Amino acid sequence: MSGENHNGGETGGVVALARHGIQHDHSPLVRKILRFARHARENGFPLGIEEALDALHFADQSGILDRDALRWGLRTLFCSSPEDWERFDDLYDSYWTYGGERTILKVSGALPRPGGGDTVPSAEQLGLGGNLAEADETAGGASARERLEGTDFRHLDSERDLQAVHDLAERLARRMRWRLSRRRRVRARGRTIDLRNTIHKSLRHGGTPLELAYRRRHPRPLKLVVILDASGSMSLYSTFFIRFIRSIIESFAQADAFVFHTRLVHLSAALREKDIERAVERMAVMSAGWGGGTRIGESLTTFNRHHAKSVINSRTVVMIVSDGYDTGPPEVLAAQVKKLRGRAKRVVWLNPMIGWRGYQPVAKGMAAALPHVDLFAPAHNLESLAKLAPYLERL
Amino acid sequence: MDWRDLQAKLAGTGYISDPDLAMAIAMTERLQRPILIEGEAGVGKTDVAKALTEILGTELIRLQCYEGLDANAAVYEWNYQRQLLAIKIWEEEKLSADEKEEHVFQEKFLLKRPLLDAISRETPPVLLIDEIDRADEEFEAFLLEVLSDYQISIPEMGTVKAVSIPHVVLTSNSTRELSDALRRRCLYHWLDYPSEEKEQAIVKARVPDAEARLAGQIVRFVQALRREDLEKKPGIAETLDWARALVGIGAARIDEDLDETRETMMCLLKTRADREQIAPEVFERLVAKAV
Repeated sequence: MSGENHNGGETGGVVALARHGIQHDHSPLVRKILRFARHARENGFPLGIEEALDALHFADQSGILDRDALRWGLRTLFCSSPEDWERFDDLYDSYWTYGGERTILKVSGALPRPGGGDTVPSAEQLGLGGNLAEADETAGGASARERLEGTDFRHLDSERDLQAVHDLAERLARRMRWRLSRRRRVRARGRTIDLRNTIHKSLRHGGTPLELAYRRRHPRPLKLVVILDASGSMSLYSTFFIRFIRSIIESFAQADAFVFHTRLVHLSAALREKDIERAVERMAVMSAGWGGGTRIGESLTTFNRHHAKSVINSRTVVMIVSDGYDTGPPEVLAAQVKKLRGRAKRVVWLNPMIGWRGYQPVAKGMAAALPHVDLFAPAHNLESLAKLAPYLERL
Repeated sequence: MDWRDLQAKLAGTGYISDPDLAMAIAMTERLQRPILIEGEAGVGKTDVAKALTEILGTELIRLQCYEGLDANAAVYEWNYQRQLLAIKIWEEEKLSADEKEEHVFQEKFLLKRPLLDAISRETPPVLLIDEIDRADEEFEAFLLEVLSDYQISIPEMGTVKAVSIPHVVLTSNSTRELSDALRRRCLYHWLDYPSEEKEQAIVKARVPDAEARLAGQIVRFVQALRREDLEKKPGIAETLDWARALVGIGAARIDEDLDETRETMMCLLKTRADREQIAPEVFERLVAKAV
């Protein structure tokens, strides 16, 4: 919001007030409440003029009020989620108690500028920082195929190649969705009689239900939740997968994504970013680890405890994309994957390394998790991803 | 209604509320907007509606949400049996199909489900929409329409406008993200587990047979138990169950007979994993801290 808008907002507010019959448009409290509403809005609270008006009505009618009561009232009006609720008191204190309007938490559009924060790694550093690129060159099967779809993502380097792969990924994601929705339509031929329409139709025949109307089953789309490993050992793949996830999120009605390295991060906000470059960069920044090894088991524990309840339902396919190199104890990972499988419809583990010649899932964590996974599949190139579509379709 | 009065009246019905909740309810009354109460299971969200009903001396209409809840179950449904009978009866009469149609789609053939019922009362009832997060998104969109305009359109009959605007309380365990539109339509309150003092007051009000010393131990134990790593944390209802159980077996203190007290833990720990989590030594540590 620009400086002019600030003033415009306040004047606009006062005009609207007059229209709603609130007289004392110059009372300090009214102005202070209006300014607080604006302050809260700038800090990501979903407020419009309506909420501000309600706040004034409330202050007006209660004939103010001790400090606590004002706080409770505004909190009830301005909050609309547990997250808001948690942040409100700090925001309120900073404004009313300390009189400042300093921004506590900037939630929306808070992308660190690439040049601005020098401690924040860029997408390139994270994704293509290639410390493994040379080391694993031979293990990866030297013969990169001609067709882009068959090319291991590690071997794509030029900007043009990457672009082409992303286009393909997007097309693939769209195709997956199309197949899934077609399947839904076929299955939707319900066999329950719709009495309301049957009666409508029967009137034509003097009340004899000659034509029966059927009620269709409401289509229940699959939900897809992707949990992506963005650790160093996966870094060659993570930029690609972040883009792939984004295409999936865009084309599935219900999808969600998380990234972990040493800790788990929910990606949904970043995924809503319209500009793809920005989105990718933002996700890369969010998933940046702070040293230490990959904690898959721990990240899944966090997921199961805090997110699973709200993100997973019985029609959810959970897709874990990871090489399974866990620095934590393998029992933890196994237990968490098992728990996850209990909640979700299917747990699919995509491991880019399966595509490598001679790969065996010997990583301890991987081996421990394997018995609890419904499908263990390669995901090192587009061809392998394309093979997933028929599997998902059968569910 | 002033929030202080409201808080006192709520307490009069046995519902002990924090002042901020009383304030929130007072505001929903004043602004005639629904209130969305979120919080963990067992913190007393549903009881808010019940207590409010008692205070207002009106009726409670409850809509329990579940996955797959549709307009037929929540708003209205035509009474098909009666319609079919009516058509049979009119068979002899020389009425056109259009006329018959008009006859069978009248209010007397309509079965009112909670939402339609709630807006067609003379005295506004309390409408409790329980666990809205369990219903599907489509239903949520539908509900939003009803809660914004307080009218329901029935294709065969036209629009039914609210006779009175009900007091609407929505609850959610946040198992699913609710739409921003619905959230914004409602006033909001996050209900947390009660503080020690508040829970003491609740036990005193609801299980008057529990003596002060026992009640204090019970509450301190449960409060500490909630800080353990459990799948299902005990709610207020569990505390009250446990208090009743202990009073029932005639315990005067929770450390009187540890084995017996441990037997009653089933009131608080409802899953096997949680029972395993609270091993005997953990249990004894918690008891020792509570007494």
